[in-house]
Amino acid sequence: MGRQVPGASLPTAMWSSEHFRNLLYQIALLVLIGTLGTYAVLNLVHNLESRAITIGFSYLAQEAGFDISEKLIDYQPTHSYGRAFAVGLLNTLFVSLLAIVAASVLGLAIGIARLSPNWLLRKLAAAYVEAVRNVPLILQLLLWYGVLTELLPPVADALRIGPAYLSQRGCAMPWPVAHPGWSAALLGLLLALVLSLLWARRARTVRDRCGRAPPVLWPAIGVCLLLPLAAWGAFGAPLEFSQPVLSGFDFEGGKIVLPEFIALLCGLSIYTAAFIAEIVRGGILAVDRGQIDAAEALGLSYGQRLRLVILPQTLRVMIPPLTSQYLNLSKNSSLAVAIGYPDLVSVSNTTLNQTGQAIEAIGLMMAVYLALSLAISGLMNWYNHRVRLVER
Amino acid sequence: MNRQPALAHRPLLQRGGEWLRANLFSSVANGVTTLLLLGLLVWLGDRLLTWAVLNAVWGNASVATCNALLGQGACWAVVADKWRQMLFGIYPQAEQWRPAAAVLIFCGMLVLTAMRRFWHLRRLLVLWLGGSLLCAWLMAGGGGLTPVPTALWGGLPITLMLAVFGTLLAFPLGVLLALGRRSSLPIIRAVSISYIELVRGVPLITVLFMASIMFALFLPEGISFDKLLRAQVAIILFNAAYIAEVVRAGLQALPRGQHEAAAALGLGYWQTQLLVILPQALRITIPAQVNSFIDNFKDTSLVIIVSIFDFLYAVRQAVISDLDWRHYFVEGYLFAMAVYWLFCYAMSHYSQWLEKHLARDHRT
Repeated sequence: MGRQVPGASLPTAMWSSEHFRNLLYQIALLVLIGTLGTYAVLNLVHNLESRAITIGFSYLAQEAGFDISEKLIDYQPTHSYGRAFAVGLLNTLFVSLLAIVAASVLGLAIGIARLSPNWLLRKLAAAYVEAVRNVPLILQLLLWYGVLTELLPPVADALRIGPAYLSQRGCAMPWPVAHPGWSAALLGLLLALVLSLLWARRARTVRDRCGRAPPVLWPAIGVCLLLPLAAWGAFGAPLEFSQPVLSGFDFEGGKIVLPEFIALLCGLSIYTAAFIAEIVRGGILAVDRGQIDAAEALGLSYGQRLRLVILPQTLRVMIPPLTSQYLNLSKNSSLAVAIGYPDLVSVSNTTLNQTGQAIEAIGLMMAVYLALSLAISGLMNWYNHRVRLVER
Repeated sequence: MNRQPALAHRPLLQRGGEWLRANLFSSVANGVTTLLLLGLLVWLGDRLLTWAVLNAVWGNASVATCNALLGQGACWAVVADKWRQMLFGIYPQAEQWRPAAAVLIFCGMLVLTAMRRFWHLRRLLVLWLGGSLLCAWLMAGGGGLTPVPTALWGGLPITLMLAVFGTLLAFPLGVLLALGRRSSLPIIRAVSISYIELVRGVPLITVLFMASIMFALFLPEGISFDKLLRAQVAIILFNAAYIAEVVRAGLQALPRGQHEAAAALGLGYWQTQLLVILPQALRITIPAQVNSFIDNFKDTSLVIIVSIFDFLYAVRQAVISDLDWRHYFVEGYLFAMAVYWLFCYAMSHYSQWLEKHLARDHRT
């Protein structure tokens, strides 16, 4: 590259070489980042020394000493910070997963309603979207939480809804007592779902080969009902439920879903559903008009058109924006800290306040969210690849 | 088309009937849906109207009046009693015209920026520099006004400041990151991609925690920044990654011919970007930028978690901290929702209008 211009001195010639300049810019950037990084680390080491904090993850093995109100695995205050972290992480994953499912279902319904032939339904769906998405999520969460914890009746005169009780302390409902029969039923359900998926795949191959697909929906529903029932029966058909009973100031027995969890789940699903509805609407509008005309010409009803022609094609357009909504939802679940649901951020925050290990606690938290984001986008990319248009 | 006049001449009642049949009762299922929804609407509307308007306590009423109607009507008196604290936090009462003026100036700047007449770099720079300095002077005082330390600032001016500067100052960084991501230089590209993906992969809360707790550890001992400033910097750095992705979409939408034409004219990299590529790319992305500003505006409310006195925090404090009024937090939150909603709704409609407007421009 660096062509020697006669008469020019060497530095000038080097400077006029693009290759050389590019190299220089990049080295300069690296040096800048390196210097700033070194400076920050030196300060950090000095600051930690003067505060007598030793850096490292050994604190994770220490006794945590604080209790966590909602946990999916066994946890006591005597357990370690590491286990508390795992409890928080599982809570985040659990609430995100449930909210993703709820928001998708609600969003799909509202997105379809946005384009309904019924004027009233259309307008109501539009009003929902405009009302919900223009208000910060954290404000909605605070309102939900406030309503659930202050405006509901106190425990003593809880609202009775069937066998469940709704009060300021959350929702208390009957829950099956641990028994191998219930676990067997759960396993049976999982097995039935796998079998249904395999059968659906087999049905598709059969259809591709002979043009007529064996029925899928009804056998799938049947096996999903029968298999858990059979497993439940085979293991002694337990019928024992633990009923919530008011004793003193709180309910005992049964399963108590805390108001923090209900508020977070409702808030996240309702907020994200408004955005998903817009994606669904955009996806449906993106389907070629000719496809709908053709479906009408074949005499398909509105529901059939939607289910057989429009939605399958919509899916392809929807997946990239849907991915980013799912990512947003899982990141937004961190707002749990504002209403005291013990998610990853909330547990990490308590940990760092108690131990002073700010760098490790915040770093670990960020790493987990980063991994979660990468996992969701990886999964959605895989799915996107599967449903992509197969051209001739 | 030629049936249109005939339609218009038919009696109003008949046209109304036709509209009803087409839009509400086109089939049995449709008719049932309409009736069900109407029933729901009447039931809900009746309860809401009774609570929010008919049975509500308006104006400067006392807590006792509200308590008498507890559970039957809304207590808007809480807003009437606390609105100054909700809007301006603990800013000295006598000086509250200053944050009020700052809010008006901010809104004025936003409205002027939304007008295409102002879409010239120099005009915008003058407008924003002048307006920001004026706001800073009004808020901080000095030069004839009583000085007010930032610890006393709060409410709506803080929310507007975090949102507006959080976008404005993130913009140059976002453009650089977007250019860096598309650069042919491997190290610059790698640095840009890592920054963008790292920031977009974590929630804003963790970044705010970092700014409020961790940041001090990286500075030499004895040097510390204002808490508000740290949160503002965190929001700027966070937004830059999102703005970069919006700008990248604009850059990708430009045809290769633009680069080739610029190269043929002998323009260098920066000349190409500044004179040819960016003016076009940024123009395409304006509606998307407005949307990202709306997201940012809503996201500023997260600073409540690191105890910064923004609008939401001020509303919450005003109601929750007062034992008499604390039962009427729903009314307080509804007031906050109305304010946020007004801003976001106006901006999102502006963005939609702009999209159509610019698309029309593009065709001619």
